[in-house]
Amino acid sequence: MSLNSLWEYANPKKFIQTTDRVLPWFAWSAALTLVVGLVWGFFFTPDDYRQGSTVKIIYLHVPSALMAINAWLMMLVTSLIWIVRRHHVSALAARAAAPVGMIMTVIALLTGAIWGQPMWGTWWAWDPRLTSFLILFLFYLGYIALWEAIENDDTAADLTSILCLVGSVFALLSRYAVNFWNQGLHQGASLSLDKEENVADVFWYPLLVAMAGFVLLFIALVLMRTRTEIRARRMRALLARERMGA
Amino acid sequence: MMPDLGKYADAVLSSYAVSLVLLALIVWLSLRRSKRIKSDLEEVERKVKSNG
Repeated sequence: MSLNSLWEYANPKKFIQTTDRVLPWFAWSAALTLVVGLVWGFFFTPDDYRQGSTVKIIYLHVPSALMAINAWLMMLVTSLIWIVRRHHVSALAARAAAPVGMIMTVIALLTGAIWGQPMWGTWWAWDPRLTSFLILFLFYLGYIALWEAIENDDTAADLTSILCLVGSVFALLSRYAVNFWNQGLHQGASLSLDKEENVADVFWYPLLVAMAGFVLLFIALVLMRTRTEIRARRMRALLARERMGA
Repeated sequence: MMPDLGKYADAVLSSYAVSLVLLALIVWLSLRRSKRIKSDLEEVERKVKSNG
């Protein structure tokens, strides 16, 4: 697919036609992989020799944290496309992704706190990764609130795009906080290309499936929500035209 | 069938409960808004068409 043909999807009509076909596939494969990953992880993996059964929380905590950061990075890319090329679909895709990313951040924060209590003896610590994740959550809230607060769609897209650029610093900090500040309670990456650093295979394979499930669920939700935002925008435009004509 | 979660049962089960509820919530909210906006848009398009 050439880059030129990729821009065709910036046409709202073309986007809705295409997603009509692919959305059911993403939705059903998300459901299937999520069920397989979580059932495998919960029922068919052993306890860890140090963390006991709490290791089963990894199948929720790691994929949700991964998507919390990557959702913001996806919003960054679509916001940049809006700023540079003024394609409405890309701005609406960023808007559509924000609540999904926020839910992923909340899941990561809550499961992290629940996991931290028995392992670290505390629900919360002002550790670099935890703190940058909390700030990322506040950025999600601010981003969603800004879209809701501004009536003009183009102005809202401009201002939220700028906010997204600023928030990207925290999205990246959330990912690399452990490396930047070699302190705090949170461990380093559980997943790495370096085999020595990775979790054991018995946990790794179901975790991979669970992560695929979260990625597919994110894609399915963002496609569905972008379609909704496109329709909502068209409705606002028609109503505005009606008011002007009256 | 239920694995023995030992002394960490509360932590593990509450993690799964909270996460699954939140995931179900975002799916439900997205589906509900999608349906509502689709039917509202159809209504507006009908109205616009009938007004010429």
